[in-house]
Amino acid sequence: MSHPTAPLRAPLEIEFDYTRSLGPVLSQFIAALAERRILGARGADGRVHAPPFEYDPVSAEPPGELVPVGPEGTVVSWSWMPEPLAGQPLAEPFAWALIRLDGADTAMLHAVDAGSAAAMRTGLRVRPRWAERPAGSIRDIVCFERCDGPAGTAPDGEPREVTPGMTITPVRLHYMHTASPGESAYLRGLAEGRLLGQRCGVCGQVYVPTRGTCPADGVTMTEEVELPESGTVTTFCIVNVGYPGQKVTPPYVAAAVLLDGADIAFQHLVLGCEPGEVRMGMRVRAVWAESGSISHFSPTGEPDALYETYARCL
Amino acid sequence: MSADVAVVGFAQSPVRVRDDATTSGVEMLVPIFAEALGACGLTRSDIGFWCSGSSDYLAGRAFSFVSAVDAIGAVPPAMESHVEMDAAWALYEAWTKVLTGEAEIALAYGFGKSSGAELRRVLALQLDPYLLAPLWPDSVSVAALQARLGLEAGRWTGKDMAEVAARSRAAAAGNPDAQVAGSVTAAELLARPYVAEPLRAHDCAPVGDGAAVVIIASAARARELCERPAWISGFAHRVDSGSLGARDLLAVPSAAGAASAAGAGPVDVAELHAPFSHQELLLREALGLGGGVVVNPSGGALCGNPMFAAGLARIGLAARAVMSGRAGRALGHATSGPALQQNLVCVLSGEAS
Repeated sequence: MSHPTAPLRAPLEIEFDYTRSLGPVLSQFIAALAERRILGARGADGRVHAPPFEYDPVSAEPPGELVPVGPEGTVVSWSWMPEPLAGQPLAEPFAWALIRLDGADTAMLHAVDAGSAAAMRTGLRVRPRWAERPAGSIRDIVCFERCDGPAGTAPDGEPREVTPGMTITPVRLHYMHTASPGESAYLRGLAEGRLLGQRCGVCGQVYVPTRGTCPADGVTMTEEVELPESGTVTTFCIVNVGYPGQKVTPPYVAAAVLLDGADIAFQHLVLGCEPGEVRMGMRVRAVWAESGSISHFSPTGEPDALYETYARCL
Repeated sequence: MSADVAVVGFAQSPVRVRDDATTSGVEMLVPIFAEALGACGLTRSDIGFWCSGSSDYLAGRAFSFVSAVDAIGAVPPAMESHVEMDAAWALYEAWTKVLTGEAEIALAYGFGKSSGAELRRVLALQLDPYLLAPLWPDSVSVAALQARLGLEAGRWTGKDMAEVAARSRAAAAGNPDAQVAGSVTAAELLARPYVAEPLRAHDCAPVGDGAAVVIIASAARARELCERPAWISGFAHRVDSGSLGARDLLAVPSAAGAASAAGAGPVDVAELHAPFSHQELLLREALGLGGGVVVNPSGGALCGNPMFAAGLARIGLAARAVMSGRAGRALGHATSGPALQQNLVCVLSGEAS
């Protein structure tokens, strides 16, 4: 059991896919991978960069026609990954390596499926292991493998549907999120059906949710204030746009709600009436969800609050 | 560059794994703002410009630096800026604000809570987003590639690396803010297993949470705020190619270039931001530090590396050496990016120009 005043913590997973335009040079490089070819760029100094540069580091000019390199290469340096992390090329222990492809003067970073650290060495000859079905990314090379190992069957899978010139990188990040002491107190209050705020000892303003530090004075707040579940819509918008994971069907209202006795509004949903009926000054009351949080606010039917009573919070 | 601007204050939070701290940094920042401002006899309203360094990827939330502004107390509105980098670069921005006369007193701060994230994976996102980041090469593995190049080229041995770690930990015994400290021999360290061969745990900075703050002032104000200000005699930063495989990873031209541009010259003390043991060896050479220079008397980043604050803390510690009279000239260094890609040098002197 955690101490009741300890900050609340919970796992947080963040996922998003970056869709990026590859530009004229890397588009050619990625397109060639789908044909199981690797391209480099010859610089003004005669050196071949693989992967290719977009602008020559010496002359700052874009490259001319790209040149084929590899596909075999030589390990220049390596490190051993005993416990691969999520998203890395291989799930079993592998080597990261800088690989100078045949015909190139620079190195390419990728994974080598070597089986064990004892089997890795600088100077090792390696070749790419191609993806069964190219998807338009650097991962169309699954990893590299020893040239003297058994040859796998050459993949002949058709490319997945890809948009030429674009590459998609999924990003999955994991956190153990910690709520601040103020946020933790607020969340514990919600679970008990109470709305907690804090009053700053310097400026006297009441903040809800509790946030620990007065944003106006930069001082720690210690005085807790319990607030009523009624308040006023200070401003609002009607959401008409859908997005992945949306919990309420558009159109609906997201509003800034100023609880009675608070000096700062917070954002919440206003449901229980037509979106077109919501207006500045509308009086609303919290509707609680069974899970110990506020589901949304809905109109009370009281006369609207006077503009002067909430103008300072706009 | 003339010594028109001086460091007058510094504070840092102890580097720890802090279950109670949020990724907005507020809980770590409020006490060190009070400490640094109080030591100079300043209040927050005296600060003409604020600049922070932090990362949303590390925090796992958008605009985390805006949440941190709670610690400033930004009513009435403050002149405030942010870099998504180590706060040493925030200090650089603050320095330009004072040099140009837009502010007389400026404060730079950095914060990072690495323990809530998977730091090795988060740092993969600083790599080339087309051809590297999709493979998720983690920061320790990338540094290990650099370490092996030096080992196999005969530039250093595993023992040399372990000796850097052992000396750092011994030095950190006198630094209550350090996360790792103590007496250990290189031989003992070399008996321990690899984390990412050829790196062992002692070769890598520990994962910890922390924050740091540095206050600078114009010549007109510095002397009244601090008995012996640490005058900034040079300040410069440089960056090497983002193409990891095209770099010579055993040269650090951006560090040498920054030191040259900052007019580094001979110094008594150097605080180097080397998150991996072999990187201290690379930096000593690139910065031209001779045997007489006291390097990392704090224990360095190997004994505490709060992300986005550790570089700023190096400058703060170098300034403290000057302010206390322990050094006539001191160098603070910060790095960013994979395998020492980007480097910053700040030279501090007890003598105004």
